[in-house]
Amino acid sequence: MSNTLKTAAIAGAVAAAMTAQATPAAAASMEKCYGVSLAGENDCAAGPGTTCAGTSVTDYQGNAWTLVEAGTCESIELPEMADGSERKGSLEALDRDLPA
Amino acid sequence: MTVEQSQFRAALLDPLQPVPDDLLGPDGRPGTDRFSVYRNTVTVSLRDALGVAFPLVAKLIGPRNFRPLALDYARAHPPTSPLMMHYGASFPEYLAGVAALSHIGYLPDCARLDLAMRRSYHAADATPLSQARLAIDTPGLMALRLALMPATQVIRSQWPLHDIWAFNFVPDAPKPRAVAQDVLITRPEFDPAPHPLPPGGAAWLDALGRGQPFGAAHDAAVADTPGFDLAQTLALALSTSALADAPPQKGLMNE
Repeated sequence: MSNTLKTAAIAGAVAAAMTAQATPAAAASMEKCYGVSLAGENDCAAGPGTTCAGTSVTDYQGNAWTLVEAGTCESIELPEMADGSERKGSLEALDRDLPA
Repeated sequence: MTVEQSQFRAALLDPLQPVPDDLLGPDGRPGTDRFSVYRNTVTVSLRDALGVAFPLVAKLIGPRNFRPLALDYARAHPPTSPLMMHYGASFPEYLAGVAALSHIGYLPDCARLDLAMRRSYHAADATPLSQARLAIDTPGLMALRLALMPATQVIRSQWPLHDIWAFNFVPDAPKPRAVAQDVLITRPEFDPAPHPLPPGGAAWLDALGRGQPFGAAHDAAVADTPGFDLAQTLALALSTSALADAPPQKGLMNE
């Protein structure tokens, strides 16, 4: 391939890749939601020596979070608390359902 | 207490070594039992740390196989840094040398993927490349230098590495196909995620990461894989925030 042809091909590929990006990044719409993960299933890939990585030990542990779609965290339906009061997800860490 | 640190440490990691004899408890009596408890705690916590650090490997071979393997590794390669989230850097090479695992050829690459996911998680934040930087004239584009985001990791593999990861961690993922897959790991937001790289993509990212201009990086990718698809690879890199602006050239101001 001649140099001119090659650079034209590269410019064309860049244009094609950028067109593919024209739709706004949908990924930018997750939020950390506290108090909704089942035991051991909280999100986090931080590894050993850290305080997360699937380390939540109770269901709906208040200080463990899961990534959920933005805007849905506080409306996630959860089983009610033992005393019958409502249990909800939160964008801030909670002090309910902490391991004893 | 007159026990040498080296003797204490050697006994800590080898249950066949005697408890250092000059070791005394706070009551002035030999600390044999106390040492045994401590020895057990150290070994078990290192073993469990490896289980957390290498979730794919642990899942593939199962906890009953992983635990004794991790124990052997922890004793042979104790941490060299207090930063436990980086522990296990030599685990992939170690796995490659375990004869009993030689029938699972893809296991060392799976350990590399686990390691790269953690490195990506703990990498520095940075601003991803803006697409507008690519909307320039062709000579400028060919000479453009970029960089990889600090959280970008590339693993080359002769195995269907991304398929193996997905099969184990993504619900309803299909069985791995018989293809070689290089894997790109990026962290656009909070968590790192692996993506299968198109053929030649690893060579392209490697060249860009070494500071090669856009045109030369394309040449390197084509030399690696004649059918290299720039549009597909660049679209993946942009959509996953794999690229960043090149760092400012040092020293130019003073010349």
